[in-house]
Amino acid sequence: LSLANLWDLFTHLLVLSLLSIGGAITTVSELHRFVVTERGWIDDATFSASVAMAQAAPGPNLMFVPLVGFQIAGLAGALVALLGMLIPSTVLALSATRWIERHRERRVVRAFVAGMMPMTLGLILSTGYVLMRSVGPTTVGVVVTVAVTVALSMRTKLAPVWMVAAGSAAGAAGWV
Amino acid sequence: VLAVAQRELVERLHWMSKDQFAELLSLSQVLPGPNIVNLSLAVGDRYFGWRGSAAAVLGLLGVPLVIVLSLAVGYQQVASLPWASGAMRGMGAVAAGLIVAMGLKLLSSLARNPMGRWWAAAFFAASLVASAVLRWPLMPIVFGVGGAAWLTAWLLMRSSDIEQKP
Repeated sequence: LSLANLWDLFTHLLVLSLLSIGGAITTVSELHRFVVTERGWIDDATFSASVAMAQAAPGPNLMFVPLVGFQIAGLAGALVALLGMLIPSTVLALSATRWIERHRERRVVRAFVAGMMPMTLGLILSTGYVLMRSVGPTTVGVVVTVAVTVALSMRTKLAPVWMVAAGSAAGAAGWV
Repeated sequence: VLAVAQRELVERLHWMSKDQFAELLSLSQVLPGPNIVNLSLAVGDRYFGWRGSAAAVLGLLGVPLVIVLSLAVGYQQVASLPWASGAMRGMGAVAAGLIVAMGLKLLSSLARNPMGRWWAAAFFAASLVASAVLRWPLMPIVFGVGGAAWLTAWLLMRSSDIEQKP
């Protein structure tokens, strides 16, 4: 990947960072749209594998960002992606936290919190859907795996790492 | 990770109360950026100034970054084998399920939204359809749907505030 492409990735992430209200996970479907559908830098399978690895590994789930960067352009891609994702939101968070803390009773702030919540939820569920579609052809195995995972996380306190382990075992056996 | 942060900061180190933690967390969620990163920034800043923030973020991200990158390198070695790509598909499907479950768990909060449940449900549906079905880029969703929701909430709050003050 050329320097121009790296710059392209970096600037796109700078914008994404400021739009990531509700956390990094709300930007998954947008990142997928950009790097897979629009630019064609990596394929569906690589993208969904990267998000899956970041979910499975210890650490914050935003790790899918450097991982996708790594798949696109190696170590440089990983660093560029991580910095692009972190710099704007970090600067904003540091400067805005104190202001918001002081003005949290104001109507503008309360309305912002109330208004962003439903949008964030829509983006989270969309991310789940886009990820499921990017796993590959939507086979019965994929649907069953997603459904079982949803049921287990809603009904039990089973740690996600065990579900990821079971999912990859089932996949390795060719069931998914 | 959020759960671990809560246990360490509140229960073990006693740096803040449960309420203070909840308040910082809600703040981190509203601001753009990864919640846990924003939370670490705020905690680091509160106790140690900007150096605290820098230390918090580096500590939070350094080791996990090394781990995921090694995983990726390891995967590249075996990616062409059928069982490895199968395992990845399995992991991908589980990751999708985990995220769907997280969203479903939060759905009940729509009913408690200050806008009222119907407005909240409408904006939720709009952003879901725009993102998952129409595949809009994030920017028009945040500015269009998010902006409309912000304005609606503001108008509703203003009229209810006026009613309360006779």
